[in-house]
Amino acid sequence: MSVVAAGTWVELERNVLEVGERAPGLPIDTAAVPLVLRVSGFLLEPAEVGAPARVRTLIGREQEGCLRVVNPSYSHSFGDTVAELLTIGREEQR
Amino acid sequence: MSRPGTSYAEVLARRNEIMKASLGIDYDALVTSPIAFDYDTMMAQTEYSLEDIARIQRETKVGETPLFELTNLTDAVRRTCQPGRGARILLKDEAANASGSFKARRASISAFEARRRGYAGMVVATSGNYGAAAASQAAQRGLACIVVQEVYDSQGVGQPEIVEKGRACEAYGAEVLKLSVGPELFYVLLTTLEETGFFNASLYTPFGIRGIETLGHEVGTEVTARFGRQPDVVVVTHAGGGNLTGTARGLAAAGCADSRVVACSVDLAGLHMASDHDFNRKSFTTGHTGFGVPFATWPDRVDVPRNAARSLRYMDGYELVTQGEVFYVTELLTKLEGIERGPAGNTSLTAAISLARQLDEDQIVVVQETEYTGAGKHHNSQLAFARQRGIEVRRGDPRENVPGRAIVIPERLDQVRTTPQDLDRLRRSYLRNAADRHPVAQWSQTDVAFLAADLKVTPDWVRSHLPELEEPVEPAATQDRAEVPR
Repeated sequence: MSVVAAGTWVELERNVLEVGERAPGLPIDTAAVPLVLRVSGFLLEPAEVGAPARVRTLIGREQEGCLRVVNPSYSHSFGDTVAELLTIGREEQR
Repeated sequence: MSRPGTSYAEVLARRNEIMKASLGIDYDALVTSPIAFDYDTMMAQTEYSLEDIARIQRETKVGETPLFELTNLTDAVRRTCQPGRGARILLKDEAANASGSFKARRASISAFEARRRGYAGMVVATSGNYGAAAASQAAQRGLACIVVQEVYDSQGVGQPEIVEKGRACEAYGAEVLKLSVGPELFYVLLTTLEETGFFNASLYTPFGIRGIETLGHEVGTEVTARFGRQPDVVVVTHAGGGNLTGTARGLAAAGCADSRVVACSVDLAGLHMASDHDFNRKSFTTGHTGFGVPFATWPDRVDVPRNAARSLRYMDGYELVTQGEVFYVTELLTKLEGIERGPAGNTSLTAAISLARQLDEDQIVVVQETEYTGAGKHHNSQLAFARQRGIEVRRGDPRENVPGRAIVIPERLDQVRTTPQDLDRLRRSYLRNAADRHPVAQWSQTDVAFLAADLKVTPDWVRSHLPELEEPVEPAATQDRAEVPR
């Protein structure tokens, strides 16, 4: 496993509440999984993916967790075309 | 001194002291019983006049948004109704605010207040547009901002709209704590407030609500000046109740005593708001009945001791629409009016179409918000995502919509028809929730007077509906209970 250099923009993940520590009265499916937190920041010390790491966030706070992603990015899009939408408006136009 | 405990129960037990430190509002001084508190004094304590609020908002690119007349859509609606019917539909383009939604109005006053009182930053718990609004306003006031956001299910999958909202928060320089599904968003908010000593820029403080008053005031004054009459109906997308409360208060301040304020939510009956499985089966993340109904029937379920957003106090009607109808109307707005806006803001536009059909041609319906659109926050993104998750998407009769299973997009405009909710049923549900917190036998005259004001009814109405508290009365739309503030 290669070591990620300090200063790299990464995403960490940690369990905030384990199963059994969660709020009372949750639906069964939610109660059966931990509450997970992900947060991004600049790596403070070199670390490997999957290993414990610390980051400094955009506002300068320190956060801890397991290094999950190097250079986390956004890839959400407009999605595959939903053809059902395309004709809307034609029939309502004069 | 030993470090305070971090278990869920230990942190929740400290909520009142955490709130006091992070808000600077002494709610205890306002509270007179487990039910009643001095609402008017709480709102007045913000000490800002409407002019002050408008000035503060102008400094950070908020307010004075355009009010468009949707002439093509109005004409199309008139072709689907009786001669002489079909009110003019106006649209307040709130997407023009910094960060692209009316939520900037709410965040602007909190950011100003946080700065004025010397806080170094502010924290918000939201999965909605409010995160971006808070981050944008904090950036302009030189404050740090942390957004606590419910983003993913347990498989790490987040729907495109929420992922986009998180991206926007980071774009404005916020630290975003991205959580998996669960109401413990509130727990993370509390621990973050405790760790940082930041301001709690909750959506539900008096600052969060008073910031919206300018919206209602702008609508009231501009419609009156341009059209020579008050708006007949103002339609408000309804979730936590702040949008409706602030807008109605602003309309009243503009002298629009006769304008009807009508709430509208997307009907998501049957989907549980705290369910990991149901999380990504909702194609709307706010403005739906999963928040709208529980927050109307018990406002004090939020991240502050007493909620400044009290929708039944101001609500004259409550309409439900289906997901498919909103997606249809979003596309129609684009094609007929030449503006692309995000779907969540078009929930009230959908209701406006149905309401306009029932009104006369010379009457006016105002849709009081839009939101920005883009990758993720777009009806095509959401429908493509739903289809990918096995949810049926087709054209047809919108009555065949089944939340989480089928999104049926209308084939024709005349199929867009809202379902009115029975407000008295919601009021009775509220009274039952009040009785759960404070036994009816112990209700004082002050309690009854508070309940009457909170429900927009007379004290006699409250007294005459006490016996019904013994019978189970659930609102029609949903039995879900949201405990997560948005």
